[in-house]
Amino acid sequence: MSSILEISSTEHSPFSFSKDLHDHLSGRSLLALEIPFETALLTEHLQQGFVTAKPGVVHDKSKWLCGRCGSTDQRLFASFPCSLCDSDCTYCRACIMMGRVSECAKLYTWSGPEWVYPIPEKVMAWEGTLSEGQQTASDQVVTSIAANAELLVWAVCGAGKTEVLFRGIESALTMGKRICIATPRTDVVLELAPRLKAAFPHIDVAALYGGSEERHKQSPLVVSTTHQLFRFERAFDVIIIDEVDAFPYSADASLQYAVSKAKKAKSSTIYLTATPSKKMQHDYRSGKLSAVKIPARFHRRPIPVPELKWGGNWQKQLQQGKLHPELKRWTLQRLQQNIPILLFFPSIAVMDSCLPLFQQLHPHLQSVYSADPNRKEKVMALRHGEFPGLLTTTILERGVTIHRLEVAIIGAEHDVFSESGLVQIAGRVGRSKDHYRGNVTFFHYGKSKDMVEAVSHIKRMNEEAHKRGLLDVL
Amino acid sequence: MFSNQLCLLCNEEMRQELSWKSVFLKVTEKVCCETCNTKFERITGDRCRTCSRTLADSQDSVCYDCIRWEHDSTWSGCLSSNHSLFIYNDFLKEIIAKYKYRGDYAIAGAFAPYLKQYLAELEFDCLVPIPLSAERLRERGFNQAKGLAQMAGYSCQELLMRTHSEKQSKKSRHERIHAQQVFQLCSEEVQGKQILLLDDIYTTGSTLRQAAKVLKLAGAEEIKSLTLAR
Repeated sequence: MSSILEISSTEHSPFSFSKDLHDHLSGRSLLALEIPFETALLTEHLQQGFVTAKPGVVHDKSKWLCGRCGSTDQRLFASFPCSLCDSDCTYCRACIMMGRVSECAKLYTWSGPEWVYPIPEKVMAWEGTLSEGQQTASDQVVTSIAANAELLVWAVCGAGKTEVLFRGIESALTMGKRICIATPRTDVVLELAPRLKAAFPHIDVAALYGGSEERHKQSPLVVSTTHQLFRFERAFDVIIIDEVDAFPYSADASLQYAVSKAKKAKSSTIYLTATPSKKMQHDYRSGKLSAVKIPARFHRRPIPVPELKWGGNWQKQLQQGKLHPELKRWTLQRLQQNIPILLFFPSIAVMDSCLPLFQQLHPHLQSVYSADPNRKEKVMALRHGEFPGLLTTTILERGVTIHRLEVAIIGAEHDVFSESGLVQIAGRVGRSKDHYRGNVTFFHYGKSKDMVEAVSHIKRMNEEAHKRGLLDVL
Repeated sequence: MFSNQLCLLCNEEMRQELSWKSVFLKVTEKVCCETCNTKFERITGDRCRTCSRTLADSQDSVCYDCIRWEHDSTWSGCLSSNHSLFIYNDFLKEIIAKYKYRGDYAIAGAFAPYLKQYLAELEFDCLVPIPLSAERLRERGFNQAKGLAQMAGYSCQELLMRTHSEKQSKKSRHERIHAQQVFQLCSEEVQGKQILLLDDIYTTGSTLRQAAKVLKLAGAEEIKSLTLAR
């Protein structure tokens, strides 16, 4: 380790840089207040060219641009009479929660020798087996990482996509590369970090999310919320983006910016999703983006295809305090058989007004929404059979695995239910080997294009899985 | 031109009701959406005559805290009254924290219409913001009280400066009240003046009274204060 440092520093200049500052700033892009070192030390490194600074907010072609989050939404730039630069200083409001980036607040990054880590003799301890579909994808991940290429891993819900990454990560670590797995949700960071630590026991794994203790730790393998990516610059050789489609369109541009900033010029990007966006699907079909599909679940059974059922004018029914008889029957059947259910609604308002009607069917039915402080507990209670079911919004469309679960959507034609959202919701059902069947019903007041596309998406995947021999024939 | 304005507080797009009036006349633009606006709780009804605290029992017109302040000869008569606009509820707490600690200056614009209205009703010669220590000012880049005044279209006179710099929010009421002199005067032009102190929050009232005392001793005639939150 030390020998490497000496060699690189003599290549640059006789100046001996601060190891601590190197550790703190390498691959990062930080504000002065995020750098807990003496100003003199920072200045010295700036003069010696080991650190570079750029303005946090720049004016380019009569437009403001944030150097940290990449926002160009002019409505989210404001100025204030800054006592530091003594002028009207423009700042970015889009990422203000990470501390203020402004014209005079510089972003610092390390420009000296790269940060390296000792490569352990045996990198991976994981010895699990992969399904046929997973194996194909795993091989492609390894190849793409070696070639610094882009790859879309299009894996159905329940395919076991995390395992698909292990060989790729192993190969990257063996080459001394730095890897980041970025996901939109903190829950996923918290769930993934221990699995990675177990799989790569001699590698320092950092889990980064808002408020995380490990925020300033350098490590070869980082699991981060996409938000935390904004603090990186030219850090990673491999970026794996989990659930790329989980972002609203507006957030997409800023994610693209964050990823392109956080990765090195020569690097590999792996996109991981069950439901790629229309653009990604298009890029794949036109050959612009290479992809590997895992159309079958790990348990080699087809994915349940949603049933579309006429639910009438649900809004009107609600105003009259009624549930559609079909919906009522669907719910009662499951309640009687003790099958846990999730009922998805287009909005919190609709859900709230429906709750009393459903509680007439079973008093223990509960609702859960995004800002619900008891969200986790409620999902747990459903999992453990303490609640017979939950009413929810799109917030639970991803990441929830509950044994024997069945789902229904009320008002499935509503705009909030996109093709990918609908596929994800359907993907909650039939996840385990013992209960691979299960009912998914979209109650609607006129089929939407997204509903039809979601159904054909699932059917197509099942067909492809069948053709490739990835399903067990019964 | 056609992109909708964003709510200053939640960043959601605000739907503009298009009418002939809004097309032809420049209607005063709203800065916050209805949802956010309704989360502000104005202090109304029975309140302490001195400090604006809402009182549960309408029998008293001065709250117990203020009675205690006035019984203490050190503080008696320093601050004649405090006016506060909003109840310091969770929503306001979050907004003020974003404004002050994250440094989102633009948020002051959300309070400007309310402050403007209130300031127009109060009588004063100078509007004096509670100062920050040099260290805090360096951290934040602006003084939050001064920002509020500026956004409301008022200019301030910075008559005070801080002598030391500990964080007020980390101290108990006792520590705050018995603190050493926190402010000193940086201008002598206070003789016979009516002064309105401005700050973001009235918590125990000790900061404002410390400031008022310095001004009073320097010959100011009357000192009142205005805060966003109480």
